Amino acid sequence: MPKTALQFHHNGREVAIFVDGGVNLLVALRELIGDMTPKFGCGQGGCGACSVLIDGELHLSCLTLAETVAGRSVQTLDGLKDGPNLHPLQRAFADNFAAQCGYCTPGMLMAAKALLDRNPQPSRAEVIEAISGNICRCTGYEPIINAVLAAASASRARA
Amino acid sequence: MLELRKDIFADERDDNLKEIGKGTQRQDMLGHVTGTSTYFDDHKLQGMLHLKVLRSAHPHARLRRIDTAEAERSQGVRRIIRGADVPRNLNTLLSLINFGKDDEPSLAVDKVRYKGEPIVAIVADSPREAYEAIGKVRVDYEPLPAVFDVEEALKSGAPVVNETYPKNTFVYHDVYDHQKLRFGDVERGFAEADHVLEQRYQMSPIEHAPTETNGSIAAPDTNGRYVVYTSTQALFFSLDTCAKILDVPSNTFHFIGGTVGGGFGGKVDTLTEPLAILGAMLTGRPVRYVLGREEEMQYGPPRGAERIYVKDGVKRDGRIVARKIRAYFDSGAYTRLSSYAVVKCAAHLPGPYTIPNVYGDIYCVFTNRTPATAMRGFGVTGMDFALECQMDKLAHLVGIDPMEFRLINAYRDGDMKAHRREAKNTALIECVQVAAEKAKWPLREEFKRMSSRKDGGGSRAAIPPTPREAAAPRVSPAQQRTSYDRGSSIPPHERPPVTPAPPTPPPPSPPQSPSHGATRFSSVFGTRRR
Amino acid sequence: MPVTVKTFASSGEAAAALSSDRGARYLGGGTLVMRALNEGDVSISTVVRVTDRALTRIDVSGARVVIGAGVTLARVLAERDLAFLHPPARSIGGPAVRNMGTVGGNLFAPSPYGDFTVALLALDATVSVQGGFGVRDVPIEEFLQSRERQSGALVLSVSCQRPASADAFRYRKIARIKPKGGSVITLAAHLPMSGGRITGARVALGSMAPTQMRAKAAERALEGRSLDASTMAAAAAAVAEGSAPADNALASAWYRREIVGVHLRRLLAGQE
Repeated sequence: MPKTALQFHHNGREVAIFVDGGVNLLVALRELIGDMTPKFGCGQGGCGACSVLIDGELHLSCLTLAETVAGRSVQTLDGLKDGPNLHPLQRAFADNFAAQCGYCTPGMLMAAKALLDRNPQPSRAEVIEAISGNICRCTGYEPIINAVLAAASASRARA
Repeated sequence: MLELRKDIFADERDDNLKEIGKGTQRQDMLGHVTGTSTYFDDHKLQGMLHLKVLRSAHPHARLRRIDTAEAERSQGVRRIIRGADVPRNLNTLLSLINFGKDDEPSLAVDKVRYKGEPIVAIVADSPREAYEAIGKVRVDYEPLPAVFDVEEALKSGAPVVNETYPKNTFVYHDVYDHQKLRFGDVERGFAEADHVLEQRYQMSPIEHAPTETNGSIAAPDTNGRYVVYTSTQALFFSLDTCAKILDVPSNTFHFIGGTVGGGFGGKVDTLTEPLAILGAMLTGRPVRYVLGREEEMQYGPPRGAERIYVKDGVKRDGRIVARKIRAYFDSGAYTRLSSYAVVKCAAHLPGPYTIPNVYGDIYCVFTNRTPATAMRGFGVTGMDFALECQMDKLAHLVGIDPMEFRLINAYRDGDMKAHRREAKNTALIECVQVAAEKAKWPLREEFKRMSSRKDGGGSRAAIPPTPREAAAPRVSPAQQRTSYDRGSSIPPHERPPVTPAPPTPPPPSPPQSPSHGATRFSSVFGTRRR
Repeated sequence: MPVTVKTFASSGEAAAALSSDRGARYLGGGTLVMRALNEGDVSISTVVRVTDRALTRIDVSGARVVIGAGVTLARVLAERDLAFLHPPARSIGGPAVRNMGTVGGNLFAPSPYGDFTVALLALDATVSVQGGFGVRDVPIEEFLQSRERQSGALVLSVSCQRPASADAFRYRKIARIKPKGGSVITLAAHLPMSGGRITGARVALGSMAPTQMRAKAAERALEGRSLDASTMAAAAAAVAEGSAPADNALASAWYRREIVGVHLRRLLAGQE
C-alpha cells in the first residue's frame, strides 16, 4: 500500500509519519504517534470525543483526512498541561467534578479551550454553544458548564 | 471478639473518619483531565489485526449457505472465523451461575434470530481490508416469518424464535414459563373495591449509547496465556464466559479492564471478547474488535422493552385492596439477563406499598429483536414507571392528593410483603414527606405525622389465604369499572386447557422456617445442576 | 483496494478525475466522505481534493452574493454581509462541524442533514458546476433533483440574491437536540412583499422528502396575498402536499406530516 509522508506539529513538537491513503487524523494520532488522548466515539461527527485543535481551531480528528494537516499545528489534551502543572481548565474540571467515566473529557477540554482562547469571558449560553458538539452520557453537562465558567473567572481573577 | 489496637502507630493515623458532607475527589479524576485514564483501546500493540463481523440482514432466517471463498482471497485477510471454529458455540451468560440453558451462538451457523446477529468474523491487516472482505462474503438466507411483539410471540402458531425455548418464553426450574406471585385473593379484592382501574403501559427498548463503544483487544501473552484489554463492566464475568466459550481453563486469560467509557449495563454481555481472543488464538497476533457507532446503537443490546398491564381495585378512602399485574419482558432473540430481570420484577411487586391482595404473572418473552440486557435497575425501574403512573391515576380517580395517596398505601415496618417477607427499614413515607417539603407541596397534618415505624405490623403482618388457582371473577354490578375491560379477565394464551395437568410439587425447601409462619420459597435458581 | 488520495491545483483537473473514476469522491470538509470511509464504505477508492483558492472566496460586493463551495459554515458566520444566512449556518452541528463543513458539501448532505441547502433553495440559489464541458450554472432545484448524477461534477460556488428585506427571509430548524443534530423538519421561506402582497413566494423544506424540496402548494397559497391569518392557515394546510417524508430514528413520516403545517404557521407568524 503506497504511503504518504506527513510532517506536522503535534503539541509543539515536530513529528513525521507515513500514512496510508484515506487514514483519518484520529487514527494517525493514536496509532502512529501514540497520542491516546483523543477518543473514538462515533466516526460520524456527532459525539466530539475526537476533538482537537488544528491551528487553534476546533476540529473533529475522526473526520479529518490526516494528510490535510501537513505543516499545520495540531493540539490535543496531551499538550494541555504546563509542564507538571495542570491547565486552569483541567484544574476547574477536577474541582467541579466535571467528569465521571472521563471518556468525553478530552473532547470537552479541547472545546472549552477553543472557546476561552477566543472568548475569555463567555456567558453561560456561550459555554453551552461551545460544547454543543460534545456528548456526555454521565454528568448531565451542568458540572462541565460550571467548570468552564469557573476556569474563565479564575483567569479573570488572576488577570 | 475483634480487638482493635488503635494505640499502634496512633501518631501516623487519622481516625476521624468524617467523610459525610464533604466533597471527596474521584481517584481517577486526575487521569480523566489529563487524558491518562486508560481505556481498553488505549493500547498500541505490535502487529495488531482488526476484526469485523458480517451481520444478518434479516430478523429471522435460515442460513442455507455461507460462502467465504472470495473473502478468504481478499487482500489483507488473515483469518476468517465461522461458527464451526468456536469451541463451544452455544452459551447463555448466566450459565456461570447455573441459571438458564445455553441458547446463543457466538457466530450463527444454521439460523439467525435477529437483524444484526453475527455470522462470520474476518480478521485483517486493516479495518478497510476487513470491510472489503466482509463485502465479499455470500450468504444465502431463507427468510422466515418473524415476530416482534411480546404478546404475538406467545400466541399459538407464532414463529419459534429460539428452539431452546420453543414456546418463546424462558423456562424457570425446567417447568414454569413465567414468574408467579400470589398473595391473597385479588378477585375478591376487586369485588370489594369501589373502583377498578386497568391500564396498559409500554416501554420501548432503551439504548445505553455510551460515548465509548463496546470493544476489546486480545493478544497472545507469555506462558500460552492471552492478555485481553476490554471495555467490560464485569471483568471476572467476562473472563469466565470466554473460558467457557473457548473451552480453556480460566487461568488462560489475563483480563485487564480499564476505565469504562460509559457502561450503564450495556457492557456486561461479553460481546467482543470471545471473538477477539479466538482471533488472537487463530492468528497468533493481537486482534482488536470494536463496535462502530451504528453497531453499538442498533446491535449493541438495549434495556429490554416491557409491556405491563396493571389492574387495581381501590376503595373510596384511598386504600388499594387488590393489585394484579401481567408483564412481558421483551428479551429479544436470546436470554442474556432478561430471565433474571423478570425474577427481580416479580420480587419488586407490588411496589413499596402494602396491598392485601397481590397477583403477578411476569413473562420473559423471546422475539426477533436485538437481545436485551441490563441497564440501570433493569427489571425494576420499568415496572416502577408503570406503577407510579398508575398511582397518580388512582389518586385522581378517588379524588385524593397523589402524595397523600402514596402515604396512605405506603408499606411500614412489620408489614407482610407480597413475597412473604417482613418489611424492614422501610422509608417511603419519609421520602414522600421530604420530597413534598422540598417541592413546597402541601400535605395535611396527619400525613406529615406519619412514620414508617408506626402503624405497621399487626393485622398487616398476616399472610392472607391465597387460592392456588385463579378464582372466577365476581363482578359487582354497581361497581365502577374503567377502561380495558375486554371480556374475560384471563388472557387467551393463559386460559387453562380442558384437563389441566396436576401441579408439579415444588422443590424441597430448607428446613428452617421463620417465626412469622410464612412459607419460605425455594432458591430463585432452583435445584443446582452440574 | 486501498484508498488513494489525489490532490489537484485546479478544479478542472479535479472534475476530470471525478468523472472518470466511479470510485472517486470529492473531499470538501470531510463530514460526508470521511464519515463514509470510517463506516466501511468500500465503494470509495479515490479521494479527490482541490487546493484552488477560488473555492474559498466570498463575494458580497454585488447584488448577488457568491460563496465558494469550500467556504465553511464558520466562515459564513464570520461574514457580516452574510447575516441573512447566519440562522441556517448556526443551526448545523457544533462548532467543530461548522469549522469543517462547507457550503458545497451541504448540497450533498442527505436527509436528515442538508439544512443550509434548504435556505439556499428558498432563496432560489444557483449552483455553479464544473463538469466535463466547462462551467455551468444550474438552478438549485434542478441540481438537487439530479444530485445523484452530479457526483462526477465539481461544485465551484453557489450564488443567490440577497433577501428582499430583513423580514422577508425566515428559517427554522426543528431538531431533537438544539442546536446540533439532524433535523426533524427544516423550513425556510422567502416572502418578498410588494404593495403589501407577497410576490415570488418560496417555501423550502428539509427532511420532508429524499432531497430538499419546495412546498409549491404552500407557495401558491401565499402568492399574491397579504400575510394575514387566513393566508397563513391556507399555506399551513397545503404545505405537506407533494412531500414524501421517511421514517427515521428522529421522527416518523406520520409525525413529520402532522407537524409541518404547525411549524410553517409559526414561521410565517414570526413566532419563536
